[in-house]
Amino acid sequence: MENGAATQGEGKDPSGFLSEIIGNPVTVKLNSGVVYKGELQSVDGYMNIALEKTEEYVSGAKRRSYGDAFVRGNNVMYISAD
Amino acid sequence: MADAREEGTAVSEPLDLVRLLLDEVVCVKLRGDRELKGRLHAYDSHCNLVLGDVEETIYVADDEDEENAKTVSRKSEMLFVRGDSVVLISPQARPF
Repeated sequence: MENGAATQGEGKDPSGFLSEIIGNPVTVKLNSGVVYKGELQSVDGYMNIALEKTEEYVSGAKRRSYGDAFVRGNNVMYISAD
Repeated sequence: MADAREEGTAVSEPLDLVRLLLDEVVCVKLRGDRELKGRLHAYDSHCNLVLGDVEETIYVADDEDEENAKTVSRKSEMLFVRGDSVVLISPQARPF
């Protein structure tokens, strides 16, 4: 990834964190407030996300589940490793 | 997704998942509580999509019902979707 300050020392950059948590269960919150919990399959530079075994939560309540899900990056508020 | 096209173990970038859905029936969530169900004919890196045999569903909040009242608005044979309104793409969703 492009990184303006190339000298970050030991501080990891955010995309480094993302590649570290691939394969782990994550929580993804979208700007709309909808939350997806699933296993992180992959992420790209746009923060597009592929999830496995995904569960959708709307205002805390489980809505449905998806086997696989592609989430377009612009909708993402945060990705948290569970 | 048990498909002869398995390359390695996993999807290496998120759009690979969409590629695996080509010619399959997909469920696409859009901004504004809309959902499309149809066969994915084409996509690009912006998530512009071409869907065939599409059914569009608009969810209208209903205070009395708790559950969102579903309103099927229209069907169309072929639909081009501009990528910026796409939120999520998945194989046919199972209501939980």
